[in-house]
Amino acid sequence: MQLVNRFLEKVNNMSHQSKNNTREIKVDYLARVEGEGALRLLIEQDQVKQAQLRIFEPPRFFESFMPGRDYKEAPDITARICGICPVAYQMSAVHAMEQICSNVEQAPETKSLIRDLRRLLYCGEWIESHILHIYMLHAPDFLGYDDAIALAKDHKNIVQRGLRLKKIGNEMIRCFGGREIHPINVKVGGFYKLPTEEACSALLEQLNWGRQAALETIEWVSAFYFEDFEQDYEFVSLYHGNVYPLNEGVIKTRSGLSIKPNAFEQHFFEKHEAHTNALHATFGEDQNYFVGPMARYFHNYAQLPRACKQAASDAGLNQACYNPFKSIIVRAIEVLFAFEEAQRILEDCMQSSFSWCDREIALDLTVQAGIGYAATEAPRGLLWHRYEIDEQGVILSAKIVPPTSQNQRIIESDIGKVAQQNVMKNDQDLTHILEQAIRNYDPCISCATHFLNLEVVRL
Amino acid sequence: MHKSKPEQKEESCKKPTLAIWKFSSCDGCQLSLLDCEDELLMVADHIEFAYFPEATRRVLSPPYDISLVEGSITTPDDLERIKSIRADSNVLITIGACATAGGIQSLRNFANIEDYVGLVYAHPEYIQTLSTSSAIANHVTVDFELRGCPINKLQLLEVINAYLNNRLPNVSRDAVCVECKAAGNECVMVTKQLPCMGPVTQAGCSAICPSYGRACFGCYGPKENANTSSLAKELANKGCEDHQILRMFRSYNAASEPFFRESKQYEPPIEE
Repeated sequence: MQLVNRFLEKVNNMSHQSKNNTREIKVDYLARVEGEGALRLLIEQDQVKQAQLRIFEPPRFFESFMPGRDYKEAPDITARICGICPVAYQMSAVHAMEQICSNVEQAPETKSLIRDLRRLLYCGEWIESHILHIYMLHAPDFLGYDDAIALAKDHKNIVQRGLRLKKIGNEMIRCFGGREIHPINVKVGGFYKLPTEEACSALLEQLNWGRQAALETIEWVSAFYFEDFEQDYEFVSLYHGNVYPLNEGVIKTRSGLSIKPNAFEQHFFEKHEAHTNALHATFGEDQNYFVGPMARYFHNYAQLPRACKQAASDAGLNQACYNPFKSIIVRAIEVLFAFEEAQRILEDCMQSSFSWCDREIALDLTVQAGIGYAATEAPRGLLWHRYEIDEQGVILSAKIVPPTSQNQRIIESDIGKVAQQNVMKNDQDLTHILEQAIRNYDPCISCATHFLNLEVVRL
Repeated sequence: MHKSKPEQKEESCKKPTLAIWKFSSCDGCQLSLLDCEDELLMVADHIEFAYFPEATRRVLSPPYDISLVEGSITTPDDLERIKSIRADSNVLITIGACATAGGIQSLRNFANIEDYVGLVYAHPEYIQTLSTSSAIANHVTVDFELRGCPINKLQLLEVINAYLNNRLPNVSRDAVCVECKAAGNECVMVTKQLPCMGPVTQAGCSAICPSYGRACFGCYGPKENANTSSLAKELANKGCEDHQILRMFRSYNAASEPFFRESKQYEPPIEE
């Protein structure tokens, strides 16, 4: 064993100590996750004693430097928390700020247009982010490749399909947000300038192909081999009775709690642990919970369009999925949903008699002192914001709870259980399945430190 | 079979190697490379991704022909890491506002860091951080700085291409105003009286904000020889208050020397 360990230390950059039947597995820098994190596992006589997900991405102190800034800057500043899901931060920020501002009576078609186009913009981010994860970060694990570029050497058409899907998601963001990373067109109240009719038509033309390619993606990923691993998760997501949730709804738990975003802090708590720069969130005193695509799917299956339900059933999914290794299928179903929803919105809006192209569309808001709360569904799960501002619109305090810090405890719990289930595997194979168990959550470490390396210790 | 061990570059492999490093950042600038959906596979035909953890488990051993560095220096460990990356790299290019000007997290440079840590974390003693967020060039020699929050992905391809071909990158140091005029926009400062950072901000974004009818907020950092004091006076003439001018210079490129210096002029007087 010691010889094997020494060999692995050399080839795998993992450090091991082997004494008293203890083994330690470490991965110092997890690959194919967004941001910096590490994993450490301690195994004593084939029993997993400790599993830690260490987020060492340095803290950036967003909540500390927001006070003193203008409320209108919130969507631009908070976008910088994450280059992969800036739209999510912008959406939570603008909805929280709009809850504070007093709203002059507005034409209902303006309100409904802004609501629809914000959903459309968010669909673009779900597509871009989910496709990045499915094709470039997660699928290579299932197929035994180091990355999508190596995958492309054997399966060029598949990788090209993924790249084209991702490009369409980015084009949706560009069309309504101005640019794909840190969009500039989102303002408190609405949009600075909406795209021209020509730009909307050009986008619409691509959505049919996208829908078809999304169906092919579901078929592709549902044929992968999945670890047998089902857990009794406490799913937490937005729930909206009429639509699959993006920007609106109540926060719902599987155990039956249903609250407005305003009451989040009374039920969910953030804790600071020594091994990580991300705050851990708990439900109640000490309960782990699960946010993200599987949680949304659990609470909102009924609101999915018929085509998505059919595709889910064809892929072998029931109305709930409890195996995080299968989250890749749920993500693919959400990609199909995003295409369906984007097409529906764009067609409806373009047929509307209300003229909105190529001009500013925003609510007429008056700033006042107050506290605003919002929760929206980032690609990785629930993203909660709270701001307090004064009568001039100066931010007095900000609190942001990103999805990955909420999932951190459940990821650690999964790592421990997956490790126990695979404890007879050699360190290299064990390490690999644990990395996969982490990638199941598409963790966004940059977000979580407002986070991966693998470290396995076997004693 | 997965290979996560550092591989020795094969003798026959003539492709230049590219390594991508991350410091304190949002990951958006390195994502720009993966966002080159049309060009990515072609790029991979010509260069070897030797270290790119956001995209691959594969790691090749140094030295590297080109290193792209994203993010700013914010921890004691960062200081050591950047030095070893410099030593392992033939060409070192910094990408984005964090790496070239400290990023939005450099707002800590103007505050007491203990207060910051205490505001976010219950146990400040667990957190290791420097009191400042600083640009990579403050610590090691940098061959080229590509500006932007986020960078322009086409400029990134141009810079990589230029260094592979031993020429200087064609990246304009003009002001956003030049791109704005070329785009045929009406000046938002003249027609809408908006406080715009365009005159002192480097081009590269295609004057995106004025094209959407809003004022430039300086994502690309200071242009060459930026006349910041002249712009600040004009902003004051247009009715901007000191705290507004301060915030304009103190955002995504707050640690860049010209913006840092100008923002200092607008700090509120210290109360006795």
